[in-house]
Amino acid sequence: MANTCKCEGNCSSVVYQELDAFMADCPKGRDKLIPVLQKAQELFGYLPVEVQEYVAKALELPVSEVYGVVTFYHYFTMEPRGRHTINVCLGTACYVRGAKKIVDALSENLNIKMGGTTEDRRFSLTTQRCFGACGLAPVIMINDDVHGRVTPKKIAGILAQYE
Amino acid sequence: MAKPRAYVMVSVDADTVVIGAREVKTRLAAEIGTCGLGEEIRVLETGSFGPSDAGIVAAVMPEGLVYGNLTPERIPQLVEEHFVKGRPVSAWLLAGEHILPDPETTDSRGQQYFGRIVLDNCGRIDPDSIEEYIANDGYFALGKALTEMTPEAVVEEVKDSGLRGRGGAGFPTGLKWSFCASEKADMKYVICNADEGEPGTFKDRLIMEGDPHKVIEGMALCGYALGATQGYVYIRGEYKLSIERIRNAIEAARENGLLGKDIMGSGFDFDIAVKIGAGAYVCGEETALIESMEGKRGLPRVKPPFPAKAGFRGKPTNVNNVETLANIPFIIRNGAAQFHGIGDPGTPGTKVYTVLGHINRAGLIEVPTSVTLRDVLEDYAGGMRSGSFKMAQLGGTAGDLLDASMLDVPLNYDSLAKNGHSLGSGAILFMNETIKVCDFLHACMKFFAHESCGNCNPCRNGMAALLELTARLKKGEGYPGDIALMEELVMGMQSIAFCPLGQSPAAPVLSAVRYFRDELHAGINVDAVRPRPEHTMRHLMKLAS
Repeated sequence: MANTCKCEGNCSSVVYQELDAFMADCPKGRDKLIPVLQKAQELFGYLPVEVQEYVAKALELPVSEVYGVVTFYHYFTMEPRGRHTINVCLGTACYVRGAKKIVDALSENLNIKMGGTTEDRRFSLTTQRCFGACGLAPVIMINDDVHGRVTPKKIAGILAQYE
Repeated sequence: MAKPRAYVMVSVDADTVVIGAREVKTRLAAEIGTCGLGEEIRVLETGSFGPSDAGIVAAVMPEGLVYGNLTPERIPQLVEEHFVKGRPVSAWLLAGEHILPDPETTDSRGQQYFGRIVLDNCGRIDPDSIEEYIANDGYFALGKALTEMTPEAVVEEVKDSGLRGRGGAGFPTGLKWSFCASEKADMKYVICNADEGEPGTFKDRLIMEGDPHKVIEGMALCGYALGATQGYVYIRGEYKLSIERIRNAIEAARENGLLGKDIMGSGFDFDIAVKIGAGAYVCGEETALIESMEGKRGLPRVKPPFPAKAGFRGKPTNVNNVETLANIPFIIRNGAAQFHGIGDPGTPGTKVYTVLGHINRAGLIEVPTSVTLRDVLEDYAGGMRSGSFKMAQLGGTAGDLLDASMLDVPLNYDSLAKNGHSLGSGAILFMNETIKVCDFLHACMKFFAHESCGNCNPCRNGMAALLELTARLKKGEGYPGDIALMEELVMGMQSIAFCPLGQSPAAPVLSAVRYFRDELHAGINVDAVRPRPEHTMRHLMKLAS
């Protein structure tokens, strides 16, 4: 169904093909739902209902179960995110070292609330449970980069590194 | 090639990679090459030495000198001074003599520290090299078990050692194994629980990053003892370097015939696969973890049946924590008696902790179970960085808050249980007087409320109520009776919540009430009157009129 697209490879048909290839490689059985969704999110950036339906059909599972899994785990999102995702660690070690101030500074700087995305889709702001990098507390993670010992003063400089 | 006269070990773990450890390593090797010392001095990658607040760390062996806070810019001077002129740059050396494992080191009371069991290779070997692991007695225990011991004897040995689960609950490991071993089934599974999600705890990550083969060997031994042929390591998705190193280790073990079919010609088949978690605190609970592995929402199962009877895909399954499994090779190699001789006789062995908070040296430590909180604070953590000791939380967010009266209780399951506390998962957070108990409790409850999976009412609604209660206390707007209400609520949750997550708030709340009742009282406004709950029907009619 995805391969009927006539665009120049710019639309998601290529991505669907890649997803198909991944699903063909996976061992059979429902165990593969989470790995497939992880791959799908990696490819699409988020998991809109259409992608969930596509995965459900391919794995012969009810869409409701796929939806259930997507909404259960923090890693999955149904909303498109900004180009860069800022995760603020709110674990106890970061809390003790002032994570709350970092959250405030970020919301103020980007003018968005926790969980929001800036209008230009540059940044999304979320919090996460402990990253396990407590030695560097307080910690924020932008995409895959960890920034440790963050202070409200450093925020602007860190954000400027991401376009 | 000439035998190198020195080795420089650069600690590369997930914390240091992001601040440029690999660049420092490359620069170091290049600079040493430029000076024409490439033949004499080798630069290697290794796991964490322990300190996690000293930036990029490298050790020069055999001297055992440890440099901290390295940057690529400092490298030319370091190489020039240390390796060309032979003068260590003392300004960049890290203070603290226990950074590298040294069995001879004694503490301030003259007691001998025992060598490490779990972390003995961390910071000493290249985690991606199976040869280095084997050269340090690696896979010796597996060979011994396969050639000299029956599976029953392996279970007995682990039982005799007195090893207890290091994931937090402290259940005797040998006993757990014997449940699964006695089941008859065509397929059994061994699962390594590496979904380390307790805030402040990252010991399992550093074990996997520093010595992944130890975990693999522990799992293979467990598989042999239980008659299981397939193992899984369930790792948090965020632990990218752990995933990479465990995968490399599995690959290398397979290539060397230490995993796969007919291991060491003994007829024993065992293989391991990696499963990656998608982020849910509750998945650390073993039945929720199994549900997640089966591709479902990670909701805990009704027990019984326990996983030992019907676990992954309905087959007998044994789930152990990373650290627990990493203890197994030592026990099999050296015998239960030697293990039993270490630490406190009730809960023998060592415990790995991450120590954090307002202290001088944050990081990873492994100590015998006879060590007290004061020993950890003074000898390992280097004392308080600022202010004075007010409280410590033992074992992550679900852990007890202890005040100064508990400083001299040995850190092990039995001694703490006698005082009404538990050891938890392996994090110790030290706090000074700047942290208010009400604020801290509120932060803990926020975490729980966010992570509650919503499956059972006591946890779902209980967490919301606790969040509200602690928010009131934090603002100084608590109603008289709120503390008693909070106690009643967590005790209720403890007895009827479906899984350990709903039982967790009891530890921080009850211990806070026990030690810091006065401070919690200060959050109560004695004049406030608790509003009566609105009568729903009447309320609705009023709204409608």
